[in-house]
Amino acid sequence: MKQLFVFIRKEFYHVFRDKRTLLIMFGLPIAQILLFGYAITSEVKNSHISISDNSRDANTEQLINKIKSSSYFIVDETSLSEQEIENTLKRGNVRCVLVFPPNFGNNLLHSGKAQIQIIADGSDPNTAKTLINYLTAIIADYQQEISPAAVLPYVIVPETRMLYNEEGNGSLNFIPGVMALILMIVCTALTAVAVVKEKELGTMEVLLVSPFKPIFVLISKAVPYLVLSLANFTLIVLLAVFVLNVEIKGSILLLFLVSTLFIITCLSFGLLISNVTSSQQTALLLSIMGMMIPTLIFTGFMFPIENMPWVFQVISNIVPSRWYFLIIKSVMLKGLGFAYIWKEVLVLIVMTLALLGVALKNFKIRLE
Amino acid sequence: MEEKVIICNDLTKQFGDFYAVNKISFDVYKGEVFGFLGANGAGKTTAMRILCGLSYPTSGKASVAGFDVYKQQESIKKNIGYMSQKFSLYENLTVSENIEFFGGIYGVERSEISMRRTDLIERLGLEKEVNKMVGELPLGWKQKLAFSVAIFHQPRIVFLDEPTGGVDPVTRRQFWDMIYEAAAGGITVFVTTHYMDEAEYCNRISIMVDGRIEALDTPENLKKNYSASSMDEVFYQLARGAKRSDN
Repeated sequence: MKQLFVFIRKEFYHVFRDKRTLLIMFGLPIAQILLFGYAITSEVKNSHISISDNSRDANTEQLINKIKSSSYFIVDETSLSEQEIENTLKRGNVRCVLVFPPNFGNNLLHSGKAQIQIIADGSDPNTAKTLINYLTAIIADYQQEISPAAVLPYVIVPETRMLYNEEGNGSLNFIPGVMALILMIVCTALTAVAVVKEKELGTMEVLLVSPFKPIFVLISKAVPYLVLSLANFTLIVLLAVFVLNVEIKGSILLLFLVSTLFIITCLSFGLLISNVTSSQQTALLLSIMGMMIPTLIFTGFMFPIENMPWVFQVISNIVPSRWYFLIIKSVMLKGLGFAYIWKEVLVLIVMTLALLGVALKNFKIRLE
Repeated sequence: MEEKVIICNDLTKQFGDFYAVNKISFDVYKGEVFGFLGANGAGKTTAMRILCGLSYPTSGKASVAGFDVYKQQESIKKNIGYMSQKFSLYENLTVSENIEFFGGIYGVERSEISMRRTDLIERLGLEKEVNKMVGELPLGWKQKLAFSVAIFHQPRIVFLDEPTGGVDPVTRRQFWDMIYEAAAGGITVFVTTHYMDEAEYCNRISIMVDGRIEALDTPENLKKNYSASSMDEVFYQLARGAKRSDN
């Protein structure tokens, strides 16, 4: 036990003296959270659009002002000629053009029916659809305003709510995803490198010749990274809450417990990688390249897993971050308790045991 | 009768059809400096790994410090020290922290560690460097420190795997002075080397060729028997017949 303590203390010296590792460990999450929180967002805000107003009457002006005043759009030009429409879209200056035909106001007032054309840049279909929806909503809103008295025989008013995320805050979905991603990559890579480093330096040989038990070597390597990863996790949570205004609905304790479990899963994976590699570079490449892509794709926070071909859906099941992502989403955003996540937790536990088992076995075989 | 600390009898390690170590037998006496020579691929490392308790032999008998290599690996590990050709202290720990760490994992008591450390630092003349990172020391000093750390827990035998690789001749001389000092203090030294001038420093040497020990005697006797003027010649005569090599 005393030997273990001596060893763990040594590992902490290593970690705190390696400024580069510390920078990766704590710089990466901050950068990622801010990137995903601000730069990469699925919300459409401040989109540039142009308007080709061929009618120029009171109604078009009111509608244009309404669009201008919404936070979704920045109106670049209101008097685009028909010839310029396509060029503007081609140049990519605007995502969308709104076209009022001549006599828009007249038609609206006299025949009670007017048409409006929305031309969107379909090369980015998701954004285009979102913009069209926003515009349609504004137009419908305006329609209500000018004919409040209009009584229709039957009216169905859909009352929509985005549960767990009323404002449609895009970072709500990203935060759990980024947590899973960062923990997965940082824990795996750093643990793998920490063990392989000893092999490269030749100190592993000395350790193996010493009476210190090999399994303790693995434990000692894992403990500092477990502690650091938890600190890291705390940092991410704090950033999410105070910088990105994400509200944690569920139990914080539960959140930390499942995260500890997930960190252990990742650490085991790192140990496994360290057993099959002998240079730090390979270990780093394997853990970052090998982990990054599957984590990004199969965690489910960027691309919905339900839409994938079944082969990929099956593969996604063996990616630990996928399960962690589900757990975190349930606990953090929906405020669910353990009763709702025990299955995912069980999957993670089984994965951890399997990974640890293989890692330990490999470690022993290598000794022979 | 001198006390035997390593006893090997027909020790064999087989990997499939390949005999890495083929029935080697030898004894090493207490306080002896025993040179374990052989070309690359001759089986030195495999034999040494067995003696260090890192791998099991296929057949034959061997005991180290009185403990059996099959059943008492843990006890063997407690009674030996080891230093390898690769430099093996932690560069980003200070001199003092390295000593504490290695002393610690061998279970040396805290108070004992600090006593021995003070003594060791004084002997090596490293008073000013105690709190410097090992990475900042010149290679020769690191090597000497690594050897001192390898025998810090006062093992009965110390295994040195090409300890002087890449070290200048002056430092090598000093290093060998330390080896003699340790041997005089009762620690048996088991050393592999590629430098034939170093082989001459050993009390006795064995030369391995293709998994077998082809010669074992004092350097003087070996030179006489092979009518050679230097160990270099003896080694060349024996190794010429080797079929195995690294490549």
